[in-house]
Amino acid sequence: MNKNFILYAAILIFGLAAPFLFPAFKVQLSILCVLIVLATTWNIQGGEMGYNSFGNILFYGLGMYLCASVQVGMFFPLAEWTESGGEKTFVHTPTQFFQGMAVGLVVAAVVPTIVAGLIGYSILGLRGHYFAICTLGLGVAAGEISGGIEIIGAGQGFTTPPFPNVGSLEARGEFFYFLSFFTLVLTFIAVRSIYSTRFKLILNAIRDNEDKAEAMGIETMKYKIIGWMISAFFCGLAGGIMGGLVGYIDSTDVAFDGREMGVFMVLMAILGGKGTLWGPIIGATIFHIFKEGFWTFFLGWQYVALGVLIVVIVIYFPEGIMGWLREKYPERFGEVVDEKDRKAQVELK
Amino acid sequence: MDFLVFQYPMITLQACLDGILLGVLFALIAYGMALQWGVMNIINIAQGDLVILGGYIAYFMYLYGIHPAWGVIVAPVIMYFVGIAIYKLVINKVVDRDLFISILATFGISILFMQLMNFAFGADVVLANSGYGTTMLFDNNVVLPNSKIFSAFISIVFAVCLVIYMKKSKLGRAIRATAQNARAAKILGVDTEKVYAATFGINAALCGVAGALISITFTIHPYMGLPYTIRSFMIVIVAGLGNLPGVAMSGMGLGVFEEFADYILGTEFRIGSVFLLLVLILVYRRFKLSRKREYLK
Repeated sequence: MNKNFILYAAILIFGLAAPFLFPAFKVQLSILCVLIVLATTWNIQGGEMGYNSFGNILFYGLGMYLCASVQVGMFFPLAEWTESGGEKTFVHTPTQFFQGMAVGLVVAAVVPTIVAGLIGYSILGLRGHYFAICTLGLGVAAGEISGGIEIIGAGQGFTTPPFPNVGSLEARGEFFYFLSFFTLVLTFIAVRSIYSTRFKLILNAIRDNEDKAEAMGIETMKYKIIGWMISAFFCGLAGGIMGGLVGYIDSTDVAFDGREMGVFMVLMAILGGKGTLWGPIIGATIFHIFKEGFWTFFLGWQYVALGVLIVVIVIYFPEGIMGWLREKYPERFGEVVDEKDRKAQVELK
Repeated sequence: MDFLVFQYPMITLQACLDGILLGVLFALIAYGMALQWGVMNIINIAQGDLVILGGYIAYFMYLYGIHPAWGVIVAPVIMYFVGIAIYKLVINKVVDRDLFISILATFGISILFMQLMNFAFGADVVLANSGYGTTMLFDNNVVLPNSKIFSAFISIVFAVCLVIYMKKSKLGRAIRATAQNARAAKILGVDTEKVYAATFGINAALCGVAGALISITFTIHPYMGLPYTIRSFMIVIVAGLGNLPGVAMSGMGLGVFEEFADYILGTEFRIGSVFLLLVLILVYRRFKLSRKREYLK
């Protein structure tokens, strides 16, 4: 426990000092925080519950649009804002910007949670690959439909309010970094406390054998919906922050981007190790470093690399880094290993 | 909606005929998907990208001065070997694994193909002009391009040939035996590995035919693959595995649905409505099946 405390304190201090240590990488670090949030929350139902969703991008995109719309709509007419496009006729004062952002983030977190609760009963009744394809369809449908709605910019996109002039040029990066880092800490605390309760055991029971879990008297549907709602809450929050960070929302390329973000969150969780607390965090960090390196040095080939990466990870490392570590050092994970047994296994190989 | 249906019968008729001709093409792609799903128990997300690749083969023949209709002969031959190559490289490692693994792996292939096609052929929307002209029906009120009629006809020919091949030939019998019970087929001397490779190859070849026809009839674009995958998936789950008349009927039904969605909601919602229909069908299926489950309360 004491060792863990030192580890957490070190990470927290590093996180708080990071924007001042690496001022050039503030945006990258903020995106990393958002990616970790997405991977960790995907892991709640993808890894722990066994419901592999491609559709969490729905909540992410919904949060993004909602946060920006509320931020604009609180002070100015939304339709005129989107119509004016890049040329701003309305300017947020700092107070308006931060007020709008705060309310927007609350809405961006709450509404996707409600949506997840409403559609959860129908969607989560599907099993296995039907669930995967259905959620894939949901994500793409949301992107296509939002691309046809005029008031949020339709095909031409939606510019989020620019950061107000508060005197310092560094303020924007620092604001978004601390916002996303705070969200990350919040997510980590929430997920960690969830994983230490009976709720996690129920999710694992659903993953391992849903029918048996139901026969044991667990109301599986209720817990599945709650698990999905927790994911949706943090996905929406992450989406709202990302909208402000990117500064521009497009229906299929930024918000409901199943080809990028939707796959990234699955890939990061699998790379790190499904069904572990630290797996998605490690996976997201490694993935982000790899991605940025590749995006910078081999521009244009990134999707080719992404496709190859998906195939390689899925075929050769389906257990991820944490799974590999677990196989190698089972003692560290609290598993009791019989030395004789282990030697016999080595000899067999 | 009935306002439209009864006030403008010609538009309705046009949409129905268009939809049916389009649906035959969808059914051909769905037949390939049903084949590999039934035999190998994998869902291929890259199905649509194979279709688009087949389309580009026909388009390139058109660019080099060969009539694109010959693409329906050339594309399946090339795509058969592409399918075998994909099988040898990726699919044979995921056949016996969890279904989600195969979905994710083929998703990776899909992204890879999309981007490679984007590099090789450019991001423009293209079509191969067949120069077949149009047919006017009902006092010139209904216009049907001959290329659509041609493509529906060719699809039916290929589907019928394949059905006969599956019934009569040795390989066809081996494929059907493997679909019924892979282990038993193996014991009885069927080389299931070869059967799987051939199945995937045949599926890719069917996609090649469909793609060549789509490049003549409609347009192709590197990123247009996913809707075709979703359509064929939808057709297969509505019809059920191994139900060929069902595949044909639900393919046509989907085609008609799409044409009407196009007329009523507008073209920008066409793809969205397809994906939404998928979600609705799956949800309907879930409630229908859940009624069969019995709970102790």
